[in-house]
Amino acid sequence: MSETTLDLQSESGPLPPGRPVGPGLDASHGVILYVEDVTVSFDGFKALDGLTLYIDEGELRCLIGPNGAGKTTLLDVITGKTRPDRGNVFFGQTLDLTRLSESRIAQAGIGRKFQRPTVFPAHTAFENLELAMNTGKRVRQTLFARLSGAQRDAIDGVLATVGLPSERDRPAGLLSHGQKQWLEIGMLLMQEPRLLLVDEPVAGMSQQETEKTAELLASLAGRHSVVVVEHDMDFVRKIARKVTVLHEGAILAEGSMEQVQNDPRVIDVYLGA
Amino acid sequence: MRGILHGVAALHRPRGWIVLGVLCLAGLVGLPLLNGMTPPAAWYHVPAFAVPLLGKFFCYGIVALAMDLIWGYTGILSLGHGVFFALGGYAMGMHLMRNIGKEGVYRSDLPDFMVFLDWKELPWFWYGFDSFWFAASMALLVPAALAYVFGYFAFRSRIRGVYFSIITQALTFAAMLLFFRNNTGFGGNNGLTDFKRLLGYSLQEPSTKVALYLISGAALVLAYLACRAIVGSKLGRVLTAIRDAESRVMFSGYNPLHYKLFAWTVSALLCGLAGALYVPQVGIVNPSEMQTSNSIEMAIWVAVGGRGTLVGAVLGAVLVNGAKSVFTVQWPQAWLFVLGGLFVFVTLFLPKGLLGIGERLGALRKLAARRMRAQGRPQTPERSAALSAVSAAKPHHE
Repeated sequence: MSETTLDLQSESGPLPPGRPVGPGLDASHGVILYVEDVTVSFDGFKALDGLTLYIDEGELRCLIGPNGAGKTTLLDVITGKTRPDRGNVFFGQTLDLTRLSESRIAQAGIGRKFQRPTVFPAHTAFENLELAMNTGKRVRQTLFARLSGAQRDAIDGVLATVGLPSERDRPAGLLSHGQKQWLEIGMLLMQEPRLLLVDEPVAGMSQQETEKTAELLASLAGRHSVVVVEHDMDFVRKIARKVTVLHEGAILAEGSMEQVQNDPRVIDVYLGA
Repeated sequence: MRGILHGVAALHRPRGWIVLGVLCLAGLVGLPLLNGMTPPAAWYHVPAFAVPLLGKFFCYGIVALAMDLIWGYTGILSLGHGVFFALGGYAMGMHLMRNIGKEGVYRSDLPDFMVFLDWKELPWFWYGFDSFWFAASMALLVPAALAYVFGYFAFRSRIRGVYFSIITQALTFAAMLLFFRNNTGFGGNNGLTDFKRLLGYSLQEPSTKVALYLISGAALVLAYLACRAIVGSKLGRVLTAIRDAESRVMFSGYNPLHYKLFAWTVSALLCGLAGALYVPQVGIVNPSEMQTSNSIEMAIWVAVGGRGTLVGAVLGAVLVNGAKSVFTVQWPQAWLFVLGGLFVFVTLFLPKGLLGIGERLGALRKLAARRMRAQGRPQTPERSAALSAVSAAKPHHE
């Protein structure tokens, strides 16, 4: 942890390979994401109500909470899809996420996996990863882009990581539900993000697939900060080190899974009073 | 240079290049020869009227490519591409008007319609159109610039789908009303016509017509290769990705605005090129080119041929316009019904257009081959039941 923090302190200093740093990203205080006093309301309904949350560099955090607690809205705010009415959202010390567009936020190093697997169905698994790759994203750069051997290897490497080498040249639209989820996680890996936001990764997965996904996500923590939103408590228990419980747009409890599970307020919210 | 040649060669497999070469040879060498070098009475003689007609179809083919790029590949349905086509045509028409010189009805240096409106001098926006190269660049730049500005605001506001289609209709309709006005300065509802010559060659001469036909054909081939290069590049894959999952594209770090704007502007530029080649061949351009129905027809060409294939778009443009030529001569009242019926039929039964038929036939052939192989093996009742269920589910085209 301390080593990672050191690396990030000076932007001009040499960076370890495969550790991209978004432009101007400064996580020198060990915190990569600051969400402070954020309020979002839709037609008077407060989806987020003065929410404050910090995510550490390299941390794996699970967000749980009943339906309508504001979990997905929080991800929308972080990725620029929804603008907060009030509050600050900073990526590192300097990047104000409330002012950047979705694509700029992605370039800065935040990757997002949607609740429903969202891949490019007409493209092969390989092409999906190629498009997600962390290279120039401007029009001219993509018009004349040619894959280098190293880039091909990187793509094949990620295909192996997510367990899809045999599906390399199949259109992603033909993959199974679980395979699409993994492909999408693979696309996030290609982006080499500093912070991964994963929305319900195991929804609709079989037991086996769920276990594999848990392994995959656990292996990502440390190298990336990961925020997982999930309903499946077994799954959360398997991967979580720290859990945050949201309720009605604010934080209800935070701590280890055990602490949270034994918290009377959490029990109240989940089981109903 | 070497790299570029390699890049071009990689656009197609050898078989594709051979097919393209044969088509070019037949269209750009064979057909003019059959027109010019054969006795008029012979059955294989190509009549003179067919040359500019086919040249016109080539221009429509370029428009269809432009439509396919933005609709088939990027998923943005424009129902206003006629305005870009017409603007290209008007730019060329203005040059042709200036080329008439003092041979107009009124023997004036000004175009006839200006004399008729009692204008004393050339409006400022006609300056420069005496020069062919100026007019030719305007034919490309004006549609591209209009598309860029319009697209910028529309895409920035994230207007999508049917809403975008509707405002493109409004765009072309507004432009048509503007050009209908005499005071706008483009000849009102008569438009620009009575052209005499282009670059010193008389437009009435059969040889000029053949030359324009050849240039249109060459432009079609080049436009096709350019589009093929775009859709085959990583940028092309981003365009298709925008069509299929725009939010994923955004969260992958691409700004869809710039990509849509690129495809949209290139598409408008191609339409301008087509319009500029079209006008000297038909001898007139007027605001009816901007009718909403014209733009809708362009979408139908692509739907009939097959979206997202480029080849299908060109095929659709040629076939639908061929049918239109036949019908409007033989049975004019019926044409719009035929066109509408065609669109409904294609939408219901051929979602992938005519090129989709080939695909389906290929799938059927595979199925038949599998069945042949299956017959070699002992049949179990379940097996034959499954096979007949499969073949019942697949529509037959025999």
